[in-house]
Amino acid sequence: MILDDNRDSAARRTFSATARLLSALKLDGPLLVGLGLLTVYALIVQYSASGQSLETILRTLMRIGIGAFAMIALAHSSPNFLRSLAPWLYGAGILLLLVVDAIGYVGKGAQRWLDLGLIRFQPSEIMKLAVPMLAASFMHERRLPPDWRNLIVLAGIVILPAALVAMQPDLGTAVLIFATGALVVLMAGLQWQVIGGLACAGTGAAVIGWRFLHDYQRQRIRIFLDPQSDPLGSGYHIIQSQIAIGSGGLFGKGWMNGSQAQLDFLPERSTDFIFAVIGEEFGLLGLIVLLLLYLFILSRAVFLASQSSGTFARLLGLSLALTFFVYVLINAGMVTGLLPVVGVPLPLISYGGTSVVTLLAGFGILMGLYSHRKLVNS
Amino acid sequence: MRIKDQWNEQRIYSSRTFAAMLIIGLLSLALLGKLAYLQIIRHDYYLELSQGNRVRQDPIPASRGLILDRRGRVLVDNEPAFQLELIREQTPDLPGTLQRLAKLGLINQEDIEPLKRIIHSRRSFDSVPIRLRLSDEEIGRFAVHRYEFEGVELRARQTRHYPYGELGVHALGYVAAVSEDDLDRIDKPGYAGTTLIGKLGVESAYETQLHGLNGYQQILVNAQGRSVKFQGAYQPDLRAEAPVAGRDLVLALDLPTQQAAEAALGDHRGAIVALDPTNGDVLALVSHPGFDPSLFSRGLTRSEYSQLTNNEDKPLLNRALRGTYPSGSTIKPVMALAGLTYNLIDPERREFCNGSFHLPGSSHMYREGKGGKHGAVDLVDALARSCDVYFYGLAAQLGVERIATFAAQFGIGSLTGIDISGEKPGLLPTPEWKKQAFRRPQDQVWFPGETVNFGIGQGYLLVTPLQLAHMTAELAERGRSYRPRLVMGVRDANGVIVRNPAVAASGATGISAANWDLVLRGMIGATTYGTAALIGKDARYRIAGKTGTAQVFTVAQNAHYNAKTVAERLRDHAWFIAFAPAEAPRIAISVLVENGGFGASAAAPLARRVMDAYLLEGPAPAATTTPAAATPAGAPQSAGATQ
Repeated sequence: MILDDNRDSAARRTFSATARLLSALKLDGPLLVGLGLLTVYALIVQYSASGQSLETILRTLMRIGIGAFAMIALAHSSPNFLRSLAPWLYGAGILLLLVVDAIGYVGKGAQRWLDLGLIRFQPSEIMKLAVPMLAASFMHERRLPPDWRNLIVLAGIVILPAALVAMQPDLGTAVLIFATGALVVLMAGLQWQVIGGLACAGTGAAVIGWRFLHDYQRQRIRIFLDPQSDPLGSGYHIIQSQIAIGSGGLFGKGWMNGSQAQLDFLPERSTDFIFAVIGEEFGLLGLIVLLLLYLFILSRAVFLASQSSGTFARLLGLSLALTFFVYVLINAGMVTGLLPVVGVPLPLISYGGTSVVTLLAGFGILMGLYSHRKLVNS
Repeated sequence: MRIKDQWNEQRIYSSRTFAAMLIIGLLSLALLGKLAYLQIIRHDYYLELSQGNRVRQDPIPASRGLILDRRGRVLVDNEPAFQLELIREQTPDLPGTLQRLAKLGLINQEDIEPLKRIIHSRRSFDSVPIRLRLSDEEIGRFAVHRYEFEGVELRARQTRHYPYGELGVHALGYVAAVSEDDLDRIDKPGYAGTTLIGKLGVESAYETQLHGLNGYQQILVNAQGRSVKFQGAYQPDLRAEAPVAGRDLVLALDLPTQQAAEAALGDHRGAIVALDPTNGDVLALVSHPGFDPSLFSRGLTRSEYSQLTNNEDKPLLNRALRGTYPSGSTIKPVMALAGLTYNLIDPERREFCNGSFHLPGSSHMYREGKGGKHGAVDLVDALARSCDVYFYGLAAQLGVERIATFAAQFGIGSLTGIDISGEKPGLLPTPEWKKQAFRRPQDQVWFPGETVNFGIGQGYLLVTPLQLAHMTAELAERGRSYRPRLVMGVRDANGVIVRNPAVAASGATGISAANWDLVLRGMIGATTYGTAALIGKDARYRIAGKTGTAQVFTVAQNAHYNAKTVAERLRDHAWFIAFAPAEAPRIAISVLVENGGFGASAAAPLARRVMDAYLLEGPAPAATTTPAAATPAGAPQSAGATQ
């Protein structure tokens, strides 16, 4: 009994000490647990997908370290600071995108990176944070829902960087940038009638535009929308990933036993198509566990956003939380053949890129907004 | 105001968050649905696909059967050589790859287009040979540039080896790379991995038996089709099926006999065919000039090929099977048998030969082939000394129909049925044939003079050396005939030779033993005191033979024929047929020397050397190894006309 009490109190002490540390760091415990579990899952899968490469694991850990640093730093930033930072960050991002596009134009090739000597750096990643920040801060000073004049400004804020990124061309990132901005506008209460109208206008424009396209352009769009019609080209990825997922079955073939992944049939298996590796090696159950983890993180993030105070904080927080799941849906959709192939990584699971840092930075902002709620209230 | 705003904003957030979560929930359900479809409903389908993906069947070519002579001596075997093979689906730029190979000198520029067609007609994952038998230097050249040639591999494969070079090439045939035409005929999957296919002779006729069954080995491959070792804990169940080697063929051919025949014919254009009259076994089959079969298995360049095809000596022509010539006097034994059988000849009666023959009521003069007179000759003398006048008269009495019917019993004008393809039937002329062969009515008439010429094997009559050997075998066996065969049987897995039974052919019937004896005496006479006395003089066995001279052009009525004055190409073809030992024949032979002049001097000694090689089973006696080209001194020309 006494021993139990001792253990109990020891546990309670450890717990409270952790809680105090977290609150000092302005981090959220449940969200951190979710992210930690997801990271462990990522390392297990990456080890298999990379062909048992320890170097891959070390590089991933290094990126997570950088991301964690950014998360802690941003968690300490107050909403007011972030709000004042938004225009500068956005402006700098646009400038860098223009530079990258110019270099790409001169070099006659796809260009996404800015080589700063020590690190290579993707300016488009900045925009994933800068766009919702600027959009949220714009709406912070205005009445919700946005009227049509505000809507035009917001559209400009969102479409300019998305278009620049799409020209690189990096369709996946462009879609995500558009999604973060659009989510701010949607969460700000854009009327359903307007949403419906825009959707109809978009469809109409697409139908009219279709008539003006050349045959080869139509063919490219058809293949984009239905990759399976081009089994040796872009459809190859989808066919192989469907084989991988389908052959995994309910329980999977086992860790490091996926023949599709291990024998190189699955392209980009440790990056954009890692979802298929999970499907093959861990089966449907492995994917459900993954989706539950994502849903848990999403729910906690949405909770944090809804509890934070101020229009800016709530809009930004909700946009960041929901964008995280948009990643999941687009990636899973394209790997399973539900959506066209755009280069979107599976958040925190795919190897490489700067998206890990950006995502963790986004969660840092969310936690900061939540932890600063009382300060704003008082 | 502020509070009201906040309340309004709170309402918007809540409803929008709810809507967003609802949409996310619905989309997640859609995703789950798709996953369940892929992983549960279609699981078996995709599992099968994934297994097909990682395992590829790599063909293992069966080793081609050997070709042995009748005593099991190896005539054709296999040896390893390096070759270039290309897999279409692994070659990113096929035309460019072939162009660069041509630039490196590894393939010929003119072969690129045919190669492309061949590559495209095979399955995309088949490894198609594009260049055979690389030299060490070429292997090195390719190795240096290997990185430029994705999908092209250097592979060691078995290739055909002909240890005796040109020996028997027209009987054995050769192998060459599988061509577009071959692809239409063969079972393509069965030939996956096979480089060479038989093109002629035994190699072609017995292709299915020689080829065997290719095996396969399942290998683990990655998406690029490269063979990989298994990774992770993945344990594949890889199956393999060993190839079944082709059957070893045992030929009827006797190597020393074949060698003797090759040596005897030497540089002459011509052919020698030797048969075992008791069963149709082809003991030797030579056609000169020949060619080196290994040229084809390595792949001929266009210029090498045109050299072969444009050569006026026609080395690719199988003279033994496809060369057709007038039989000359070698037909006379058959004529004699016809005359005896139709009771037109009294063997005792001596006809007078004054050197020329007239048909009744005609001034046209049929002369002895070489001029001269034989004086009084009976049937045996007429055969032994090849008296044309005797046979002119006999032919005129027999008439063309009876001659043709009788000659047909000895296989003249029809295929012998030898077990390799390409044989020609020659021509057995009849009035019926003449009506069909000529367009102008005046040409369609059969003239009595043509019958007279028929009697000494001139005119329209055409035979092949194989046909004459076949006829000779039938003479030796007194009417019994067997289908000639090059392949006697197969050697089974235990090394035991399994012989096929001889196949009887329709022979000659209704000829009395006495008549056979008479003709035999005439033919023995030819090699003892007649036209071919030279070769019988010191033989340790008795030979029954008959010389023949096939006219290349007709001698003008009053011109004096002189072999030395006409161009070599216009000289007569020399024939000799024989069987031995005369009492119990074991070998029947026909020898043709194109433009050799007289059968007695040009062809008969060659036959003797071949028979010696077979019957005495040792080197031929020195006395008979007279160089074939030289005209032997003291040839029986004094006897007047000899054929």
